[in-house]
Amino acid sequence: MLMGQVFSRPERLSLYRRLIIQEIDKIGLQSLGIVALLSLFMGAVVTLQTAANIDSGWIPKFTIGFTSRQTMILEFSSTIVCLILSGKVGSNIASEIGTMRISEQIDAMDIMGVNSASYLILPKIIAAVFIFPFLVIISMFLGIAAGAMAGTAAGVISLSDYEYGLQYYFDLWHVFSSLIKTLVFAFIITSVSSYHGYYTRGGALEVGKSSTQAVVYSIILVMISNYMLTQILLL
Amino acid sequence: MIEVKNISKSFGTNHVLKDVSVTFYPGKVNFIIGQSGSGKSVLTKCIVGLIEVDSGEIIFDGRPFTGLDKWQRKEIRQEMGMLFQGSALFDSMTVEENVKFPLRMFSNMTQKEMDDRVNFCLKRVNLEGKNKLYPSEISGGMQKRTGIARAIAMNPRYLFCDEPNSGLDPQTAIVIDNLIREITYEFNVTTVVVSHDMNSVIEIGDHINFIYKGQMWWSGDKRQILHTDNKEINDFVFPSEFMKEIRESLKNA
Repeated sequence: MLMGQVFSRPERLSLYRRLIIQEIDKIGLQSLGIVALLSLFMGAVVTLQTAANIDSGWIPKFTIGFTSRQTMILEFSSTIVCLILSGKVGSNIASEIGTMRISEQIDAMDIMGVNSASYLILPKIIAAVFIFPFLVIISMFLGIAAGAMAGTAAGVISLSDYEYGLQYYFDLWHVFSSLIKTLVFAFIITSVSSYHGYYTRGGALEVGKSSTQAVVYSIILVMISNYMLTQILLL
Repeated sequence: MIEVKNISKSFGTNHVLKDVSVTFYPGKVNFIIGQSGSGKSVLTKCIVGLIEVDSGEIIFDGRPFTGLDKWQRKEIRQEMGMLFQGSALFDSMTVEENVKFPLRMFSNMTQKEMDDRVNFCLKRVNLEGKNKLYPSEISGGMQKRTGIARAIAMNPRYLFCDEPNSGLDPQTAIVIDNLIREITYEFNVTTVVVSHDMNSVIEIGDHINFIYKGQMWWSGDKRQILHTDNKEINDFVFPSEFMKEIRESLKNA
C-alpha cells in the first residue's frame, strides 16, 4: 500500500527534481568516502590473503590478480558495499522519516493535501537506484587498484602478472550482473528503511528501534536477494 | 461551517469518541476543551482526516468529508491550515521555505508572487526579517508564529490549532491567542482550537465545546460558562477554590 502511494503521480515534478538531486548528494556523494576507504582496504586485503593462500608452484601468480578482480566485481563491490550502505543510508533514512513522523511533520504534509509518502520516499528511491551503481563501479576500480599496490608493495606479485590476471577470462556480464544486483539492493535499502521510518509511532526510543529494524531487515533482504539473483544471473 | 454528526471512534475496546455531534462556526474561534484523555485530540484528528472515524459524518460547508478517499479529500484539505502543538515545522527548511511549502506544492504563483505572499504572512505574524532562519534558530513562540504563517499561506477556510499555547510563557501565549483571533475575524475563517488553557478560552473563545469521557458534554459561549450549573464543566474550568471565588465575583459583576 505504501509503495502504491509512493509511486502515484507526484504533485510537482519540478520540486521532485530538486529533491532527487539533494538526495543524490546525501545518499550517494556523502557515502563516497566510506565506500572508497572500505574498497581500498578490502582490495588490498583480498590480494594479500589470496597470495598467502596460494603457496603452490602449480598455481600461476596471475591467479592472485584474477581472484582479486572476481572477488571485487562479483561480490564485494555490489553486496558488501550495499550492506555497508544499508547501515549508513538505511539508518539515516529511517531516523529522518521517523523523526518527521513523531514530530508531526508528516501529519502537517498530509493535512495540506501533500502525498507525504511520495514526497519523502520517491526521491530517495530514485536517487539511490541512480547513484548506487556509480558507487559500486568506483569501488570496483579502487579495490582492484589497491590490490595491485598492496601486492606489488609486499612483493607477492609483479604488476605485469597482476594485470594479466585482471584480463584473464574477463567476462563483462559479471560487471553487468553486479550492477543489476546493485539496483535491486538500492531499491530494497531505501524502500525498507523508508517503510520503517514512515510507520514509526511513539517517541525517540521508537525512532531508534525503527532505525535498527530498517538496517536489520535491509541486510536480511539484501542477503536473500543476493542469493537468488546470483543463481538467476550467473548460473 | 464544519458539522460533525454522530461520530464514534474506538481503538480496540477503548471507545474514545461516543456519538459526538458538534458544529464549528465560520468567523468564530471555536474551542474544544476537556481533560487529558477525554478525546479532544482524537476528535480533531478525525475532523482533519488523520484518523478515520468508525461511524458518523463530517461535513465542510455542505461537502461530506467522511467516506472520501485520500485523493478526493485533497480539495478540502487544501483549504485547511493547521497549527500543531509542537509547531511541526520542517527542520530542513528555513522559516521562508516552510511558509512557501504549500504555495510551491499547490499554487500556480510565480516566484515573485510567492515571495510576496510569504512576506505578507510573515509580516502578519510579526516575523519580518526572519526569513532565512531555521526552526532550530528561533524561539518556541516564533516557531508557533511561523506555524500560523504557514497555516494561513494558502488562505485557508478552516484553521485548526492543537494546543497553540503549550510550552509558551503567558505573555507569548496572549500574542498567539490574539493572532488566532485576528486571523479568524480578518479572513472569516472557521477556527477550531483544542486547548487546556482557560486563559485562552476566556480571552478569545467565541464558542466553546466541552468534551467529557468521549462525549460532547456542553456547548456555549464564554459568558454561559460562568452561569452554567453543569458540574463537570465547573470542575474543569474552575478547579480550585480561588478560581471558584473568581467565578462568583465575575458572576456578581
